[in-house]
Amino acid sequence: MNAEQILFILFGAVSLIGAIAVISFRHPIYSALSLIVTFFAQAGLFVLLGAHFVAAVQVIVYAGAIMVLFLFVIMLLNLGTLSAKGAIGTKLKGFAIILGILLAAEGIYIAVNALNDTAVASAEPAAITTTTYDIGELLFSKYLLPFEVTSLILLAALIGVIVLVKRDSEVEN
Amino acid sequence: MSLEYYLVLSALLFTTGVIGVLIRRNAIIIFMCIELMLNAANLAFVAISRSLGEATGQVFVFFVMTVAAAEVAIGLAIIVSVFKHRQTINVDEVNSLKG
Repeated sequence: MNAEQILFILFGAVSLIGAIAVISFRHPIYSALSLIVTFFAQAGLFVLLGAHFVAAVQVIVYAGAIMVLFLFVIMLLNLGTLSAKGAIGTKLKGFAIILGILLAAEGIYIAVNALNDTAVASAEPAAITTTTYDIGELLFSKYLLPFEVTSLILLAALIGVIVLVKRDSEVEN
Repeated sequence: MSLEYYLVLSALLFTTGVIGVLIRRNAIIIFMCIELMLNAANLAFVAISRSLGEATGQVFVFFVMTVAAAEVAIGLAIIVSVFKHRQTINVDEVNSLKG
């Protein structure tokens, strides 16, 4: 077993355990902190895959910005006391978990078998690391239009949030 | 490490997110599970990008991250707004739109 395999198992196990902790904890704060652990482990997996820039963005945007937003809202609403009754019945839960295991089996089957005939599987695992330069070149040439549309999405989100919050305060006044 | 291991891990993470959406009734935790699913998709994107030896998959990861950020901002604003009116974010109790 070489170093890459050991690191893959380590990061993979941490991210899976973190993901299961997200859906198991009763208190939303613990779930949010587990989600941060998962995001960091996934950043480690991105480094293993040679995607250093994506790993950095993962830590900065996901584990930084988005999770701060989550924690801020959880603390703003003070949800600790409300979440205790927020669970469904045991019978339904068992049914959901059985369906989830079926979905996982399908996903694993596709990952292992269905890729056999495609170009993805026949390609030799490339040893090269894609640099930030490669990503930037693609982003500003081939994918320029999607990139610009992305800015529109952010603008729409910005305006949408302001409208949502502003209307509430006007109603109260 | 070959591609399959990363895709299997991605499938398992995605499934965890799906189960979370199914069994939890707290709107914020459902949101976190959606983030989990988006991240599983990102992992598959980067793994296949590596396997093909080009950066296209990583470009799409940035698009996914942007959409996730916009979605979280709006979703949390809606949750705060719902909480102001109903004093709860349990998705079973917020059922005004149910016929």
